[in-house]
Amino acid sequence: MAIPANALTSIVARWEFADGNPLMGAAMIGVYRPGASILHRLPAGVKLLGLLVFTTAVLIWRSPITVAIGLFVVAVGYLSAGYSPRVLLAQVWPLRWIVILLVPFQWWLGGWRSAVAIVGTLILAVAAAGLVSLTTRIVDLLAVLDRVLSPLRRVGVDPERISLLIALSIRVVPVMLELVDTVREARRARGAERSLRAFATPVVVRTVGYSQRLGDALIARGIDD
Amino acid sequence: MITFEHLSHRFGDRPVLSDITCRLAEQRIGIIGANGSGKSTFVRMINGLATPTEGRVLVDDLDPARHGREVRRRVSFLFSDPDAQIIMPTVGEDIAFSLRRHKLTADQLDQRTAAILDTVGLSGYVEHPAHLLSSGQKQLLAVATVLVTEPDILIADEPTTLLDLRHTRAICELFATLTQQLVVVTHDLNVVADFERVLVIDEGRIVADGDPGECIDFYRRSMGVR
Repeated sequence: MAIPANALTSIVARWEFADGNPLMGAAMIGVYRPGASILHRLPAGVKLLGLLVFTTAVLIWRSPITVAIGLFVVAVGYLSAGYSPRVLLAQVWPLRWIVILLVPFQWWLGGWRSAVAIVGTLILAVAAAGLVSLTTRIVDLLAVLDRVLSPLRRVGVDPERISLLIALSIRVVPVMLELVDTVREARRARGAERSLRAFATPVVVRTVGYSQRLGDALIARGIDD
Repeated sequence: MITFEHLSHRFGDRPVLSDITCRLAEQRIGIIGANGSGKSTFVRMINGLATPTEGRVLVDDLDPARHGREVRRRVSFLFSDPDAQIIMPTVGEDIAFSLRRHKLTADQLDQRTAAILDTVGLSGYVEHPAHLLSSGQKQLLAVATVLVTEPDILIADEPTTLLDLRHTRAICELFATLTQQLVVVTHDLNVVADFERVLVIDEGRIVADGDPGECIDFYRRSMGVR
């Protein structure tokens, strides 16, 4: 088959950022952002091992001082990879409601030290994981996963399927966010802002529809072959 | 060569396709018809996304129901919703996903990815998040992900439905450059106007088949549109 090169060079289109959330636009969790830093160039396996060591360490030596040191390490990591504090904030922003609920609860249970240690550890783990995913292509992460899980083939586990599952989970997040946004706007347009039914029904129906289309596309792309 | 032999398909008690026999040998074939007429089911038979209740379809003498893997290597399918077709987070990774079983080196993979993105007008976007593309760009990426595997046949089910005029033109221009057999289901009659052959499907039957001009006129009249 021959496809002429530059068939459509006249029709390179502009980017359209569909979402209005500046943090999300800045650095969606799990989406690789290209760069030439040391972190970008490190092998995916090394970064995953580093993440494992880092999160284990902050869990074992959980304290406000450990959180402070960990935060310094993570911040240096983001800066050295060429990311602004806004990108770091975007990684942990989805945790805001958990933090709001967890901090007073932990403070009440074990005092401010416990609250800072537990919530800080959670934030550090998410921020560090975000740094790994921002500096590593998904295909490289999946290749590591394939290698790590390959011994499980003997007991009937298919590492490729697990990799695909992870890739799909990451991919589905922005699709679902867009879907929810569309339904929310439609609900507002019809004056039913407070109706849970007007929100849940179309979200479920559209999600099922999307799943069916995704399934067809996976079959068409030879996933089961 | 795609051959339908007395093919019927039922959804429960409802007939979707009824006793269809035809041979598709032309390079560019358009399928038009009203909503719910069975045209999408017709093309889904070709790569085994739907299976006949009676009769059979053959692609180069292979039955998709029995030789699904071989048929899908030859036949690629493009859907109207590119969001469902794009799997990986970035443009380059999604192209690489299509080539995962081709055992290419990293350099070969990069070259193939760059070449196909250049072809569809997305060169320079290799590292870009796929979900931040516009609908038109996503469809161009979806085209790239199927063409990069170098199929013999490309099926496109309403590929321009979600696109603006500019991206519709882009897709049509790209289709015009392809050397493989192309079967396009569409409501946009301009897309298939210069194809070699057009089929009109109505209530699960082929009601017109032949020259695009005559078939499009027939379809317009049957829809009460001048």
